[in-house]
Amino acid sequence: MSSVTFEHVYKRFGDVVAVNDLSIEVEDKEFLVFVGPSGCGKTTSLRLLAGLEEISDGQILIGDRIVNDVPPKDRDIAMVFQSYALYPHMSVYDNMAFGLKLRKTPKSQIDERVKVAAGLLGIEQLLDRKPKQLSGGQRQRVAVGRAIVREPAVFLFDEPLSNLDAKLRVETRANISKLHKRLATTFIYVTHDQVEAMTMASRIAVMKDGILQQIDSPQDLYDNPANVFVGGFIGSPSMNFFDATLVESDGKLEINTGGFRLEVPAEKAKEWRAFAGKPVIFGIRPEDIHAKQFAPPNILESDMDAKVDVTELMGNEIFLYLMSKDNKQFIARVDPRVRVSNDDKIDLAVNMANAHIFDPKTETSLA
Amino acid sequence: MQRSSEKPRQPGGPVQWLSVNAIGLFTALAIPLATFLVLYWGFFFLRDSDAPKIVIAIVAIVWGVGGVAALYLVANSLVDRLGDTWRARIQPFIFVGPAVAILLWYLAVPSLRTLWISLLDRNGVDFVGLSNYIAVFTTRNMFTAFRNNILWILFGATASVIFGLLVAILADRSRFENIAKSVIFMPMAISMVGAGVIWNMMYEVNPNVGLLNAIYTGVTGNNPVAWKAAAEIAPWNNLFLIVVMVWLQSGFAMVLFSAAIKGIPGEILEAGRVDGATEIQVFFRIMIPYIMGTIITVSTTIIIFSLKIFDVVQVMTGGQFGTQVIATQYYREYFTNQNAGFGSAIAIVLLITVIPVMIYNLRQLNDQEAF
Repeated sequence: MSSVTFEHVYKRFGDVVAVNDLSIEVEDKEFLVFVGPSGCGKTTSLRLLAGLEEISDGQILIGDRIVNDVPPKDRDIAMVFQSYALYPHMSVYDNMAFGLKLRKTPKSQIDERVKVAAGLLGIEQLLDRKPKQLSGGQRQRVAVGRAIVREPAVFLFDEPLSNLDAKLRVETRANISKLHKRLATTFIYVTHDQVEAMTMASRIAVMKDGILQQIDSPQDLYDNPANVFVGGFIGSPSMNFFDATLVESDGKLEINTGGFRLEVPAEKAKEWRAFAGKPVIFGIRPEDIHAKQFAPPNILESDMDAKVDVTELMGNEIFLYLMSKDNKQFIARVDPRVRVSNDDKIDLAVNMANAHIFDPKTETSLA
Repeated sequence: MQRSSEKPRQPGGPVQWLSVNAIGLFTALAIPLATFLVLYWGFFFLRDSDAPKIVIAIVAIVWGVGGVAALYLVANSLVDRLGDTWRARIQPFIFVGPAVAILLWYLAVPSLRTLWISLLDRNGVDFVGLSNYIAVFTTRNMFTAFRNNILWILFGATASVIFGLLVAILADRSRFENIAKSVIFMPMAISMVGAGVIWNMMYEVNPNVGLLNAIYTGVTGNNPVAWKAAAEIAPWNNLFLIVVMVWLQSGFAMVLFSAAIKGIPGEILEAGRVDGATEIQVFFRIMIPYIMGTIITVSTTIIIFSLKIFDVVQVMTGGQFGTQVIATQYYREYFTNQNAGFGSAIAIVLLITVIPVMIYNLRQLNDQEAF
């Protein structure tokens, strides 16, 4: 139960800057998820916080204590590793009790805490087994259990679900969320999977090339991406981007990509008019491109058409890989009742309320 | 490629069967015969020929290497002619057979012969029962030898393992890992005899030659000491010999430990550190248990080595001054004192001592799936 603060933290490995001027304040009891592609510095940030790597510059605080030079064992943290890192020569019980034994916790108390944690995770019947005799999911739970019994101020998770199969991952995701509510402790979680981030986090920190791109609640991150990278990283399939120009004629504002033209409805035009005549990057999510005949009501509709390149049936929806007139591919998530074949022309209704424009030079959001 | 395991029944009598299979039968007999004749001729050529040495050398290589290959090929082709069932049964022996035969001839047979001789008198003529064995366990010289072997295990094997482990751990964290490991491993390239000679000079009484005495006389001002022979420090003069083995075997232990340590997943050590372990606790409670299998294997290997130790003692003291070990006693009794029965009994006792350690060692290797 503690806040965590990164203040202008740098980590350099030789010439490579793994973490570049990271400043984050994580509140007590928050569930913060670091997300980003591999090599973006998210795991390094976590390891800096754990004390497994030394900070090159800046400072990290746990609570109001600067922990730059505090060894991992004295930071009051617990960590769940990607490989689970269970001690192979110890039973599940001993794995969980190890940290407490080192702290000379009384035996009865160790016993009680291990039993409680095991009950919480449903691994009571495994306490006598060795890690070798456990399945991946069981090992993962033991690793979490080992962290719980210590009752640390901050929990660190380093991609704890990436070694599980898809079904188990969904299940465990929910369990970790529940655990967070139950323990009411600060969780800091690293993943490359934006779905994990979206489903569990109270706030998400998106990183790229060692630089923090945006930190926000999942919904804000989805609705208002700060730049092209965040827009493309959050959401699946990713947001479509087009190099475009905002054209104003007869008092009407239009997005012109060269491949298609989209009228900007009046509500949106108020915000965008300032950029009229300028080149922009136009961003629209696949879920905001509808087949015209099945377009939902109450959207800021703007119409266009495109040629169908490939269709992917998902059952509850269809992913359409579309081709604009200038042969640029983009994706739409449309109603499953849509009947089209490859090379058909399809009429589309774009919900401009959720469209984004970005500065083509800095790639940051304009409106 | 499916072939019936049973020969199809041939119509007609055995005469007709023979005529049908005559060619097959002929090649089956002729090829091995031809091979045998060629090799037979080669043997006599090599033994009796007056050809230039270089020609003989070349023929010997071709005869030797080619002969082995030919034997394998011929035997294999013969087995191929059998049905699938029999081929599967016999084929492994074609390849393992020669190695097993050589092992039996050079190892098992001599061992059994030694066992037999150990029951005979000094000339290997009259049967004396177990009296040689009684002598082994009642002679003062042998007592000293047993005691010394225990010293070798207690100090030599232990020091090698501990020192090897220490270097492996420290080197693992050093920037100079490769240099440090090379230096420690280097003595492994020296033979036991060579090492004995080198250390003989270190212990030399003349302080102008012996490094140890140069330091000792220089520091204390006392007279130089004959370290290996000094009766006043017996039995600890053995330690000066044991140092030589430690010097050689630490490198061996270190290389295996180093590999094992590198096999420990980094995340497990990090988990330990986050869990609250100090570096020393990480070492004793995580690293050591993790590499326990290797530690046991290395220890038993070095214990076997210490039990069989011979060359160092033979070169440095010849087993005098109370430094004899089982193997040097064997040598002295069998060859110097010409007591075949007694010597053989010592050899058998040594063999029996080594066997349990050996079995344990093999089991460990099995557990680690080294085989």
